[in-house]
Amino acid sequence: MVMVSIENLSVALGQRTVVQNVTAELRPGALIGVVGPNGAGKSTLVRAMLGLVPRSGGRVLLDGRDVAGLSPRDIARSIAYLPQGQILHWPLAVERLVALGRLPHLAPMSGMSAADRDVVADALARVDAGHLAGRIATELSGGERARVMLARALAVGAPGLVVDEPLASLDPGHQIDVMELLAREARGGAMVVAVLHDLTMAARYCDRVLLLDKGAIVADGTPAQVLDADRLSATYGISAMIDLNGAAPLVVPLRRI
Amino acid sequence: MLVLLAAFASLGFGAVSIAPGRVAAALMGQGDWIARTIVIDLRVPRMVIGLLVGAMLGLAGAVLQGYLRNPLAEPSVLGASNAAALGAVAAIYFGLAEAHVVVLPLLAILGSLGSLLLLFALAGRSESSLTMILAGIAVSTLTGAGISLALNLSPNPFAAMEIMNWLLGSIENRSVEHIWIALPCIVIGIALLLVDGHALDALSLGDDAARSLGFDLRLTRLRILIGVAIGVGGAVAVSGAIGFIGLIVPHIVRPLTDRTPSAILLPSMIGGAALLTFADVLVRLMPTTNELKLGVVTAFLGVPVFLVHLLRERRLW
Repeated sequence: MVMVSIENLSVALGQRTVVQNVTAELRPGALIGVVGPNGAGKSTLVRAMLGLVPRSGGRVLLDGRDVAGLSPRDIARSIAYLPQGQILHWPLAVERLVALGRLPHLAPMSGMSAADRDVVADALARVDAGHLAGRIATELSGGERARVMLARALAVGAPGLVVDEPLASLDPGHQIDVMELLAREARGGAMVVAVLHDLTMAARYCDRVLLLDKGAIVADGTPAQVLDADRLSATYGISAMIDLNGAAPLVVPLRRI
Repeated sequence: MLVLLAAFASLGFGAVSIAPGRVAAALMGQGDWIARTIVIDLRVPRMVIGLLVGAMLGLAGAVLQGYLRNPLAEPSVLGASNAAALGAVAAIYFGLAEAHVVVLPLLAILGSLGSLLLLFALAGRSESSLTMILAGIAVSTLTGAGISLALNLSPNPFAAMEIMNWLLGSIENRSVEHIWIALPCIVIGIALLLVDGHALDALSLGDDAARSLGFDLRLTRLRILIGVAIGVGGAVAVSGAIGFIGLIVPHIVRPLTDRTPSAILLPSMIGGAALLTFADVLVRLMPTTNELKLGVVTAFLGVPVFLVHLLRERRLW
């Protein structure tokens, strides 16, 4: 179990303040979606949460301890992170790529144990990519690669998982698979934060949604509380068809205002 | 295996042909004094230096390609080899090299450490690999210009010839003193470069992902830069500027591994030692009037390796 408390967090990149005074408690057990228009500061917020960008104010506590004082390895073992548009610089086999997720657990210059290999195989199976294990990761389709990268994050086996736009380049079927996987992880006791662009997917699978605009949290609550017509027009500048009370919640953007 | 073969070949071939039996006898401390002098005083130091320098250059190339995530990286992209060469050239230019045999290597090592300081000043606190490459090119160009200046202004053709000879790279006529100069530098360099294999693997996912996997990239960078400066500085100090080993050896060994940056470190070290020693044997066997310079041979060896790569790439596309 891992819990993150963000207290009055501000982040400046260069001269610009990208995240302003954000306060939120991120608890395990619920799938937390972070939504907001491009440039709202979603990615910067999650990166600052992991100590990957220096903050200009406030603090982030991981299980009550300040992230700034923790070693990168401690953070890595607590929260796995899948960056937006994850790249791969060498043509590694899929299995080898997913195995990189075990690095936070390995002593310097040592290899993987049989248990590590089991975790890797399990992570591949969970994203429905077991059959890709022997393929070269740079030769996969966009959707296959996205799933394999998610498996890399799952292979860390951390109690926390932060994924930045995990649905990009996935077909609808695999989008549903990934959202169900994230929801299952969360309900199984993990702390899961997903930065999302698809509001229907956020409404349907997230237990809690943080709506960000211009670096600040505009709303924080259940999808039904957060995603209303007024807020979508104020933040995204769109009108949308919203139906959050049916069996399958829908948020379909209609036109720009 | 390859290394052993190269080492034996290095002992066996030379300007004076000595039968293998006499080489073995000389190594045991027996046999005639001519064979003993040639083998012990000339060929053994030459072989040891070849192995050391080759191992250092191969490893440095493998580490830098992994760290910079650039398959064209080699020790010279950070300016280390050029700066070491400039130090050595300065020693020849100002006539300091004649004072004592250690002056030239020492100035070479100082040159490469100086380039390290300059690199840090230029790259600042940035952790991006592109900044490092740009800063490295700046240092490399500056030191290259310094070398050209020394050649341009050299007081007489003999000094210019000597500088040219040295820039082409060679390990002939090396003594035990040269081993003692290079060995500590190369041991430190290799030790610093071998520990970051896991961080290099993580870096194949990019900076952010590597840090989120628990690696402090500032420490990684510090170790790699110091390792390259000291190790390559020490290597260049005794062998001159030998190019291409650091560039081609990782490319030769990579397809034989699972292609992770950590998997090619040791093979690149061994491959570098073997390749450089073989190239040095080739130098001695070539029927040319002057002995060919080692840097020339390695540069020619580099071309086919890249041709093969180019062909393989195009078939893939």
